[in-house]
Amino acid sequence: MRPEYVLKLLENGERIDGRKMDQFRDIKVETGIIQRAEGSARVKIGKTDVIVGIKTGIGEPFSDIPNMGILKTAAEFTPIASPDFESGPPRENATELARVVDRGIRESECIDLEKLCIKEGEKTWEIFVDVHIINHDGNLIDASALAAVAALRTTKMPKLEDDKIIRDKLEKKLPLSHTPVTVTVGKVFDKFIIDPIKEEEELLDSKITVAVMEDGKVCAMQKSGKTGLSLEDVNKMIDLAVEKSKEIRKLL
Amino acid sequence: MGMKSDEKLIVKGKRLDGRKPDEIREIEMEVGVIPNADGSAQVRFGNTIAIAGVYGPRELFPKHRQEPDRAIIQCRYNMAPFSVDERKRPGPSRRAVEISKVTRLALEPALFLDDYPEMVVDVYIEILQADGSTRVTGINAASLALADAGVPMKDLVVAISGGKVDNTILIDLCGKEDNYSEADIPIAFLPRKKEITLLQMDGQLTQKEIKDIIKTVLKAGETVYKKQKEVLIKKYGK
Repeated sequence: MRPEYVLKLLENGERIDGRKMDQFRDIKVETGIIQRAEGSARVKIGKTDVIVGIKTGIGEPFSDIPNMGILKTAAEFTPIASPDFESGPPRENATELARVVDRGIRESECIDLEKLCIKEGEKTWEIFVDVHIINHDGNLIDASALAAVAALRTTKMPKLEDDKIIRDKLEKKLPLSHTPVTVTVGKVFDKFIIDPIKEEEELLDSKITVAVMEDGKVCAMQKSGKTGLSLEDVNKMIDLAVEKSKEIRKLL
Repeated sequence: MGMKSDEKLIVKGKRLDGRKPDEIREIEMEVGVIPNADGSAQVRFGNTIAIAGVYGPRELFPKHRQEPDRAIIQCRYNMAPFSVDERKRPGPSRRAVEISKVTRLALEPALFLDDYPEMVVDVYIEILQADGSTRVTGINAASLALADAGVPMKDLVVAISGGKVDNTILIDLCGKEDNYSEADIPIAFLPRKKEITLLQMDGQLTQKEIKDIIKTVLKAGETVYKKQKEVLIKKYGK
């Protein structure tokens, strides 16, 4: 009967854990946790627990942008994190999560990809952002995006000698220009909600994920969920996301 | 295996990290680290970190896989892409499939599976950071996670790797030692009856060397066993 009870609370603008509708759970950001990785972070939002590791490699630039480095983001919803996750290749939700996190980083021009090109059209650094979910209790996208940016900010590039990566010699920092912060706003009944736990998340009608720049500009969005939204709703949800992004930014 | 290292791996009886040949690395264990799982544990041996989650006993689907008189156990060993120097592509490799299988067989003898007909116990192991001996670290984490889940067990499962480097018998190999060892033997066992449930080997050894390694591992296992019990007692009391 719990989902019905949770739903009833939400209808009244209340939450089962006593939070306000626009209140995040406690957030912990820990960096430098995986020494094998060039950058790493573990973010816990309540019981949600996500690790992001950054690895580097060398590859060939894409032919349409021969002078740019390559960013690749992937996510694994390992079955360790939830009784609902199954083994196997990433399904829809994992793929969507990786793409939304990727978009926030890419569109904010967070990483200075031009500085990562080694030889135009031939050789460039590749930056791998790998999201590993350890425990799923809702709001995976915000947690993953925060962990990704926190990990990128601590990333150090390995030394390059004769085009070979010397992994045990980390040199300068990964060149970064901007810091996107991602906040998802959900809608249920006529209420807006931030940072839902899993039980709440499953009851939401729709969501918008918004990646916000330092100056409040929006650099990426994704709507999901089963119902449509009015323009008025969309505006309110973006406003709320931008407002809440300031709180998250303080954690970086 | 069999490659020669540029640097000496053992100098004056001491290993690269200062350990004696029969010394294990610093160990850290914690149970109850994954709220969603029925049982979980994180185990660190030096720079190798494994996290294990257990779900179940729960109903097994599809139904035709159910056993009428006992539960089955399923294991998944997986390395995080960032756990190694050269990024590992996500998804199961042939190596991971094999390790998943031997891990299952290493754990199975410790469990009273006939208490749960038609059910499954799922054991998921994620290697967060790899510096040698990942499968045995994973098994230690899985052992704790199973106990944390309250699955009835005859004994905990203790696992340690052994091997031979520069003509010396070593245990708990780190990544470099693993790469350049002449042989390595991961071993898991139930300490109370000294019942060995995982035994693999790569490389070349004499029978005597094998016996010596197993003996050394069983002995060092006492420390790991004690630590496993300590961390469970800490959470659940005596």
